[in-house]
Amino acid sequence: MADVKKIATRDGYAEGLIELGAQRDDIIVLDADLAAATKTGAFKKVYPDSFYDCGIAEQNMIGIAAGIAATGKTVFASSFAMFAAGRAFEQVRNSLGYTHLPVNIGATHAGISVGEDGASHQCCEDIALMRTIPGMTIINPADAVEAKAATIAAAEIDGPVYLRFGRLAVPVIFDDGYKFEVGKGRVLVEGSDVTVIATGLMVERALAAAEQLKAEGINARVINMATIKPLDNDIVLAAARETGAIVTAEEHSVVGGLGAAVAELLSEQLPTPVLRVGVNDTFGESGPAVELLEKYGLGVKDIVEKAKQAVSLKK
Amino acid sequence: MDAKLRKQLEIAACKIRMGVIEGTYNAKSGHPGGSLSIADVLAYLYFVQMRIDPSEPKAADRDRLVLSKGHAAPALYSALALRGFFPTDEIKRLRKTGEMLQGHPSMKCVPGVDMSTGSLGQGISAACGMALSAKHFGDDYKVYAILGDGEIEEGQVWEAAMFAAHKKLGNLVAFVDCNDLQIDGTVDEVNSPKPVDAKFAAFGWNVQIINGHDFDAIEAALATAFKNDKPTAIIMNTVKGKGVSFMENQVGWHGSAPNAEQYAAAMEELNTALAAMEG
Repeated sequence: MADVKKIATRDGYAEGLIELGAQRDDIIVLDADLAAATKTGAFKKVYPDSFYDCGIAEQNMIGIAAGIAATGKTVFASSFAMFAAGRAFEQVRNSLGYTHLPVNIGATHAGISVGEDGASHQCCEDIALMRTIPGMTIINPADAVEAKAATIAAAEIDGPVYLRFGRLAVPVIFDDGYKFEVGKGRVLVEGSDVTVIATGLMVERALAAAEQLKAEGINARVINMATIKPLDNDIVLAAARETGAIVTAEEHSVVGGLGAAVAELLSEQLPTPVLRVGVNDTFGESGPAVELLEKYGLGVKDIVEKAKQAVSLKK
Repeated sequence: MDAKLRKQLEIAACKIRMGVIEGTYNAKSGHPGGSLSIADVLAYLYFVQMRIDPSEPKAADRDRLVLSKGHAAPALYSALALRGFFPTDEIKRLRKTGEMLQGHPSMKCVPGVDMSTGSLGQGISAACGMALSAKHFGDDYKVYAILGDGEIEEGQVWEAAMFAAHKKLGNLVAFVDCNDLQIDGTVDEVNSPKPVDAKFAAFGWNVQIINGHDFDAIEAALATAFKNDKPTAIIMNTVKGKGVSFMENQVGWHGSAPNAEQYAAAMEELNTALAAMEG
């Protein structure tokens, strides 16, 4: 995979916004002084009149977005995941969640792959926070193609949407014909021994892990779970039934994220070994993104090890 | 303002106050003090100022009101009911399980409520968003918000104040209900936001200071709004608990409901006042 094209999902977000700008005349994009980083700046360049900078005031930005949505318009509000989901959590909960207003939050720089900025900016809690809000849709795209498609799809989703993007350029997995469906997981590799359910940049790592496992005689199914809420229960239950062991992989805390969602579902409906690959209830640190992913247990080898362990736990 | 209109507004405000007492008494909880202090401005907004149609509460071109101090919901509900958005009888079922009127305003289930509020500081941001949307899309409706003087201790209020002036939201009016009391005491004792007028002026707003119980003053202040591209803050000096003598200026009536005896006394006082107005 040496010459694979790498693009950050935040760039896919910007492409999606620009396409929405062409499609609809009711769109407003908000940012909180991070337009160059979140890539809403690319939208601003094409549609300067439809872009408003709220300044370094994320809590107000969420309220502004709520007010715009309450007048029936399409709105995207962008910041880093740490501030959109973290700092403005209660605004998201009360002004967007309780009202069920269709505000789209474009949260970039999620996870530990923020890299050098360090732990203060490496948000590994956002999925957990957003999952607790009734009616919230959470989408964590695997590559820039999916990010663009999910952004466009978000504009039509009922209620608030949390779109989770990364800073790091990651391999492009999907081709241009890719169709995104909200709430649907997708089997990328068939397998019968174990299933790796991955989201975000861990999807590409899960694919690499499946290749290694195959070389060792383990057929791993790989599922891309872009939508974390509502979770595609059917695809998880089928995987549990058919492969008997599950590994989840996410660039997020093992507490409260995709792994937790899968474990909650299976423990209630079809008890199955679930092993979680994720940030192990710890804060990150400064360093190059790729090094941090390895150091904090998000490497291909971590998925391979957990998959073997999961297979060994099968009845 | 002619005497007839003033009298009509006094009657409407008195009935709003009766709804506040009725609602909080039946609920055995709620916030009568800060509801009573905004009864007059609500009467003026809903019976004179705002372009609204109770038969079309979601009309796209309606004026919006965001009760940022959402705990004053009993006054808002009372005004909406009197204006015909829903039957006045609903107020007796305030805060009851399975009923429409939540403890704090919910836009999802109450006709005429333009934004869900209750967590202080958030409503003004939503009002700014509505005003921005109107300005951006060329709609001519106006947006009103009502804040408390305790509420403006929230930092988000000043994020919104900065935003409204910077985005030139001349279609926005924010009333600040300065009744001088918050839960833990007077605003001066707790964490004074004063001077309120100078703060809004410094943030780039038009500022008016009025007696919030004087309809002529409310009318005159509103007549100064929408004349330029600055948002307008109308700082209202008010009496917490206004209209019910034993509740006036008493911090204890911020968040407690009248018992049967107090309910009877309050209603008698308001009925007497109403009879005088109608007589």
